[in-house]
Amino acid sequence: MAPNPSHAAFDLEAVRKEFPILSRQIDGKPLVYLDSGNTSQKPRQVIDAMSDFLEQSYAPINRSSYRLAGEATEAFEGARTAVARLINAASSDEVIFTKNATESMNLIVQSWGRANLADGDVVLLTHMEHHANIVPWQQLAAERDIEIRWVPLTADGQLDLTTLTQLLDGAKAFSFTAMSNVLGTITPVAELCRAAHDAGALAIVDACQYVPHNVTDVRAWDADLVAFSSHKMCGPSGIGMLWGRMALLDAMPPFLGGGNMIDTVTLDGFTTAPVPAKFEAGTPPITEAVGLRAAVEFLEQLGMANIRRHEIDLTRYALDTLNARFGDDITIYGPDDVDVRGGVLSFAFRDLHPHDVSQVLDERNVCVRAGHHCAKPLMQVLDVQSTTRASFYLYNGPDDVDTLADALDGASDIFGF
Amino acid sequence: MPGLEDLYREIILDHYRTPRNRGELESPPAIESRGHNPLCGDEITLYLIVDGEGDDAIVADVKISGQGCSISQSSASMMTQAVIGKPVSDARAMLRRFKTMMGIDGIDEQPGDADVPLGDLEALQGVVKFPVRIKCAVLGWNTLADALDRAAAT
Repeated sequence: MAPNPSHAAFDLEAVRKEFPILSRQIDGKPLVYLDSGNTSQKPRQVIDAMSDFLEQSYAPINRSSYRLAGEATEAFEGARTAVARLINAASSDEVIFTKNATESMNLIVQSWGRANLADGDVVLLTHMEHHANIVPWQQLAAERDIEIRWVPLTADGQLDLTTLTQLLDGAKAFSFTAMSNVLGTITPVAELCRAAHDAGALAIVDACQYVPHNVTDVRAWDADLVAFSSHKMCGPSGIGMLWGRMALLDAMPPFLGGGNMIDTVTLDGFTTAPVPAKFEAGTPPITEAVGLRAAVEFLEQLGMANIRRHEIDLTRYALDTLNARFGDDITIYGPDDVDVRGGVLSFAFRDLHPHDVSQVLDERNVCVRAGHHCAKPLMQVLDVQSTTRASFYLYNGPDDVDTLADALDGASDIFGF
Repeated sequence: MPGLEDLYREIILDHYRTPRNRGELESPPAIESRGHNPLCGDEITLYLIVDGEGDDAIVADVKISGQGCSISQSSASMMTQAVIGKPVSDARAMLRRFKTMMGIDGIDEQPGDADVPLGDLEALQGVVKFPVRIKCAVLGWNTLADALDRAAAT
């Protein structure tokens, strides 16, 4: 990778040292973790924050009046403030904690969708959506006569927006990914939000792959609802996020019912607590929120713009290296322009099945995902059954790409090409 | 860690490169069963013709179409060679023996199953050391089981 003075702010070796798992060896060989699109590894800061909290401060939140409970509540709410800052939300009350981004999408459909979509209404999705932004809509469409339309793709795996105006005509919601988990494609979110609003539709963004790797500004996007998760951005699994405009969240009915989400309950019924509590029934993932806050602070210390620049360079290096070494033997899906793609490389390698590719790579401790990546409709559009996917994060470097390429060479030996 | 040579035996690679009994059969009369592995998206279609009924039933023909990895494809290919021309009762015995070899719990082995040889299929026993691949190895077999059940019900 060509040295670039502007990248002095990003010290890869120092970053790698923060991740204990990266010093693990299997069979005497280092781990080459290229599955961060699936879930990311955790820095020491996050691990310590969670264990310190469990050892020193763990208690219920929002319920009890002793000092320890106050301390725990403050720690939990600190995560909300940190997340709001990360995505430039107008208020931390606009950040709702869920179980994961999938639950955030289900919350949107079951709350907003159920209250606002009737027979004959239209929802627009795209061909590159994760199942989490498809199946909840299909569940509602199985009950009501809702039409689901799809934005098609260009040959290089970007959204084909030539018919967007027609597709949006009459639509009540446009729900789309900010970055494809298969193709790496980064979509023009602000432009899509504007188009949705021009058509009178709600703009819903699946930002699960985007937030961990980019500077996110939900207000600059002018989005209405944005779903993302902790575990893909160095935080723990078990906690996800939904951001929404306060006026919209305020008007939406609750999703799950139970403790914490009520104002009062009588034998005759209930009234709801204000947002965000309205959408947070039951005991939330408390320790996970503390870990998430540490993850946000870790990312902020490095700087999201620096992380994005590092990944642009790494993605360019990976595309060039794999194409140069394997030529026609490798097909990498998605755009070649790294300005509109993140560090996700799905590929077909010779005639080998992705299961066999990942098996051979595992021999070198290269961890990749083989399969349909929870995007089966996209697999059908690409006319493949599955792909092998290498996905990068801030702790990956050119050496990881080189090991991936060397390990792919090994696959040829075994299968006799 | 078990080496790749435990998994990718030469005979497995041979069946992968040159799968036997690939193709389709007209359905009906053939029974058509689909199998898929939800984890990886692999899908196969199996066509089965059974001659005779009850204890005299014979697996007359099997064809496989669809795509899959080396393990699922070679296992299905070897399976077709092993069961074609055999009594249905032997095919079911092989099915039980194969799943037991894959370490799958709860297989109710019958007396006499051990007399039914697995032949080349023994080469797949290395798959047990790679637990995530067991589903690949049994994909064709589960699809055959479905087709046999449906043949018996008609």
